[in-house]
Amino acid sequence: MAEQHPVGFQWVVEAKERGAKVIHVDPRFTRTSAMADLHVPIRAGTDIAFLGGIVNYIFENDAWFRDYVRAFTNGPVILKSDFKDTEDAGGFFSGWDPGRSAYSVDTWSYNKSSGETAAGKAEQEADVSGEQAHGAHGFSLSKGRPPDIDDSMEDDRCVLQVLKRHYARYTPEMVEEICGCPKERFLEVARAMCERSGRERTSSVCYAVGWTQHTTGVQNIRAACIVQLLLGNVGRPGGGVLALRGHANIQGSTDIPTLYNILPGYIPMPHPQAHPSLDKFVELNGPRNGAWGELRAYMVSMLKAWWGDAATEDNDFCFQYLPRIDGDHSHYATMLKMLDGGVKGLFAVGQNPTVGSANAKLQRMALGKLDWLVVRDFSETETAAFWRDSPEIDSGEVRREEIGTEVFFLPAAAHTEKDGNFTNTQRLLQWHHKAVEPPGDCRSELHWIYHLGRRVREKLTGSADERDRPILDLTWDYPVQGPQDEPDAESVLQEIGGRRADGTFVTKYEELCDDGSTACGSWIHAGIYGEGVNQSARRKAHREQNWVANEWGWAWPKNIRMIYNRASADPEGRPWSERKRYVWWDAEEGKWTGLGDNPDFPPDKEPDYVPSRRARGMAAIRGDTPFVLHPDGLGWLYAPSGLVDGPLPAHYEPQESPFPNALYAQQQNPTRQIFHRPENPYNPTDGEAGAAVFPFVLTTYRLTEHHTAGGMSRTVPYLSELQPELFCEVSPQLAEERGLEHGGWATIVSARSAIEARVLVTDRVKPLRIQGRDMHLVGVPYHWGRRGLATGDSANELLPLALDNNVHISEYKVATCDIRPGRRPRGRDRLALVEDYRRRAGVKH
Amino acid sequence: MSPAETLSWPGTYGDEAKARMGFFTDTSICIGCKACEVACKEWNAIPDSPKGFSGKSYDNTLDLGADTWRHVAFVEQRVPADAGGGASLVEAAERGGLAEREGLATYQEGDGVRWLMSSDVCKHCTEAACLEVCPTGALFRTEFGTVVVQEDVCNGCGYCVPACPFGVLDQREGDGRVWKCTLCYDRLKDGKEPACAQACPTSSIQFGEVEELRERAERRLEKLRLAGQDEARLYLADPDDGIGGAGAFFLLLDEPEVYGLPPDPVDTRRDLGSIWAAAGAAALALGAGIAAAALGGRS
Amino acid sequence: MVQSICPYCAVGCGQKVYVKDERVVQIEGDPDSPISRGRLCPKGAASENLVNSPLRETKVKYRRPHGTDWEDLSLEEATEMIADRLIAARRDTWEEETDDGRPLKRTLGVAFLGGATLDSEENYLIKKFFTAAGAVSIENQARI
Repeated sequence: MAEQHPVGFQWVVEAKERGAKVIHVDPRFTRTSAMADLHVPIRAGTDIAFLGGIVNYIFENDAWFRDYVRAFTNGPVILKSDFKDTEDAGGFFSGWDPGRSAYSVDTWSYNKSSGETAAGKAEQEADVSGEQAHGAHGFSLSKGRPPDIDDSMEDDRCVLQVLKRHYARYTPEMVEEICGCPKERFLEVARAMCERSGRERTSSVCYAVGWTQHTTGVQNIRAACIVQLLLGNVGRPGGGVLALRGHANIQGSTDIPTLYNILPGYIPMPHPQAHPSLDKFVELNGPRNGAWGELRAYMVSMLKAWWGDAATEDNDFCFQYLPRIDGDHSHYATMLKMLDGGVKGLFAVGQNPTVGSANAKLQRMALGKLDWLVVRDFSETETAAFWRDSPEIDSGEVRREEIGTEVFFLPAAAHTEKDGNFTNTQRLLQWHHKAVEPPGDCRSELHWIYHLGRRVREKLTGSADERDRPILDLTWDYPVQGPQDEPDAESVLQEIGGRRADGTFVTKYEELCDDGSTACGSWIHAGIYGEGVNQSARRKAHREQNWVANEWGWAWPKNIRMIYNRASADPEGRPWSERKRYVWWDAEEGKWTGLGDNPDFPPDKEPDYVPSRRARGMAAIRGDTPFVLHPDGLGWLYAPSGLVDGPLPAHYEPQESPFPNALYAQQQNPTRQIFHRPENPYNPTDGEAGAAVFPFVLTTYRLTEHHTAGGMSRTVPYLSELQPELFCEVSPQLAEERGLEHGGWATIVSARSAIEARVLVTDRVKPLRIQGRDMHLVGVPYHWGRRGLATGDSANELLPLALDNNVHISEYKVATCDIRPGRRPRGRDRLALVEDYRRRAGVKH
Repeated sequence: MSPAETLSWPGTYGDEAKARMGFFTDTSICIGCKACEVACKEWNAIPDSPKGFSGKSYDNTLDLGADTWRHVAFVEQRVPADAGGGASLVEAAERGGLAEREGLATYQEGDGVRWLMSSDVCKHCTEAACLEVCPTGALFRTEFGTVVVQEDVCNGCGYCVPACPFGVLDQREGDGRVWKCTLCYDRLKDGKEPACAQACPTSSIQFGEVEELRERAERRLEKLRLAGQDEARLYLADPDDGIGGAGAFFLLLDEPEVYGLPPDPVDTRRDLGSIWAAAGAAALALGAGIAAAALGGRS
Repeated sequence: MVQSICPYCAVGCGQKVYVKDERVVQIEGDPDSPISRGRLCPKGAASENLVNSPLRETKVKYRRPHGTDWEDLSLEEATEMIADRLIAARRDTWEEETDDGRPLKRTLGVAFLGGATLDSEENYLIKKFFTAAGAVSIENQARI
């Protein structure tokens, strides 16, 4: 966190000064470790073993927050009798279908629930991301509670007991064997977490998105959620599982997505089989209960925002204008399709995949198969220059003249040259104001997409082709201003935030209607222009308000700063403790009140409210269940739906690992996405012939001084001089074993490529003893590329595509490699070296 | 004269004198992010000065100079598990736990690591030799008690360069004039704090009135000592030291040499025979610190 | 001076952008921000150096198929050419329905990648336009 979010880390330093214990779990000793009370090294890719160990410790020591777990989580819910855990099925959950290499999820749901599987099944079989499913479709709830519950949590089949058994073998000894961290050090962490949780105290887990970059990425986060729910650390001040995301608007670009499988506000993209009509779409995606119960209102309001008067009750509000997804159309799937010639044009906008994406060579080869490529960026990135400056041109594998891709480079405007919103990692939208006009041909993306759209619409005007109707009927009439005809960003924000039929602005998502009388581009942002004011531009200084600071910017939804904050009060609505009070029930006033945040709960719903049988939407949420996005209002220790790889996190080894899975016969996540093709060879993993050719664990990461793929730092003189060259970090022991010289050069090799880096021999990277063997780590920052002021090889040349199948994110954080002294061979000799390694390792292809 | 007073301040300013301003750099909370280096360069429009990959931990800036007015040192140390005291602020707590355990061979062979980081800057000495040897008056003491070079007066004679016991003063290549930290004199006149101190994410660099900063530093030292940080010490905060105390002083977690700082700097005019040899000596000390780090890295 | 937000990571530090003669001359932390209290990391502190970087391109560049070098092109002409290519690629790779006759109404022949450094308003229009055009491979760094 000190490495990548130094300014956020000020709060950790301040907390530490006030007595907080800071623990850093990381394969390397970093700038964060230097400030931590305790640094705990673990082998890259063993997070679930570590967190599962904490779950086990919590049960062994009876340290779980019983009242919280019983009331607020699904711990008491009884599961179906045919559910089988990994403990009973050789490392698989029940429902594994080896033919499809996928799970059928029927057995994972709550006992006595019914009718829930149709949508889940269709989505899974179609390989649609799990995040699409809002969970627990068709729950049959009785008075807002799941049908079969044991409040004593002693029933063998209740979630809590299943959880306990699932992690029973995740002992401190097992943690040491898998993760390589000393048992005592692990126990210190577990003890510290438990001692600092409960009514009076809370602990938080912060992670950077490297945690998601594993074939078990989603389950890594789930494991942290389980720990936090058991300890009562969710929805309470000082608690939480806090994602520290890495781009100014990466949260915003998920909320209002440039992602294939969702529409604004996490509404799923429709599927051809499952969603023939709006009604069916709503039925299958919107659970009856909770905030998602009003999906139809959100969807219709979005369709009205997009297609305006053309969207009517009679035509399903233009639902049929939406294109359908029926598989994985994510980044990597698209690049593979491109490699096969199936993609004609690509827009790469502020993204540099030939440095930032795994298997950089595959990325470049795919770009070479395009008809045309449009790159928008500040400078000529490696992606923009792929056709004239690449390792393949060095080696003679391709010549410039052979690459048929037509390339447009369009210079982009900087944040100081346009108005707009960044959403930070805590869902806070903060408006940035334009200071100057962009220079030369530089334009904002708003300018670019608006005028591109305008031009396409002009060209299609008069078209009788039905498929052009969605473009021509689009509401696309934003006012422009200034010398460049810049579209007014506030007018776009107004559309996002929602209007009533009379043109006035809605103030919250509960006001959205399913009859077409409201238009709202993103339901979670409903109200961001409430009262006709750009709420995200509010700038009341922190000194002039309390620490909740809810008059600075605007957080979705409804300016709620802490999500699920009703959990900061007990089931009766009283603060769990005076020390940790945040939101509570004011019985006299008959409303939820607190320190200043908006309650993430219907403001006047009594704590003892029990919904009627007919209730739906938010009315179907009980007064004592805070997790309003879930139909049962409960925090899910166990995820009955939504995930493709199991309802509970289980430890699997990474795609490439020097070690066998000490817990299960199943080595890797059985649902991971791998692609066996010549451009994407895998190093043999433990148990396969040739694994010893790549004996070391490789991990990639960022440095404080640079930013992602370097487009905004390797071109900046003051940053480039601070970290001018690619380096690798290795232990003194590995340096000795391989003859690496401090300050000299090393060549790092995988079955994909070979790169060179300066050698930093450091005690901050140390071997771990795993299963009786020393494990050596090779650490490589991933920022570098061939262009800019600070140049070097790209770490992503080394990595394969190996994806978590829930979200299609690749395993950037761990692979295997070899390392040898000296610079890498040049030109064709580089290929020969990699080929030699492949041959020795018996790599297929 | 109060302990913080200097020869030419506040006396020569009369009613115009402002409180003496300075830096207290608390290295126990430095996270080595180098925001200070960049914020300084950006505000003062200092040219970039790439030196390439150094291999000296994460330090590729290496030294203070005409184009580097803030420099973050990185020192990697091995800490034996059974050593008493001397841990970093944060490892002290851990050490208790480490010592009582055995079987640490699976991690770091029983040794811990500590990574010291410290942002160095011109010390704005109470007894500032640079200022006294300057023949043109380009170097002067401001109304804030700070030492500043006037770029339009400096003629590049370089007399001040060897006079500095810390090797801070340096002539810019291709320019010849001397450039160094001004404690953001222009910002101070506008009532703003120096760029480095404002940027510093953790408040490791604290800006304020020197007298108050010294009290703050004493309190901080006391707190760290109570926490078992026996090696923690203040550096250049003592008005009785060889330079009369500094306007920019430090809380260190180890000997000054470890950070590349002269252990006992003196006003070079006091005893010319024992000049701590200005740039050369300071560079030597820095070299020693680096060698120690590098050796640790190789052994 | 205008108030802004740091364009690097997702902490969302407040920035103050100072302008002189239509040029950004200084960017520093905004002390009013409850997120950052005026502080910036080295990247945020280098923001002026970013927006005025000597490596920043300000002209459109064009590389024709099989070309060996960049050529100049006007922004107007580039936009026109891109619009034509988008329309043609969409037409040529259109998928109207599945094998069993269910509507697909899409193209996988045009893809978009980016967004995590863009503004939400920009991403909104990008998603809106490309979805209306039937393009579904719309992705960004959040996947990476």
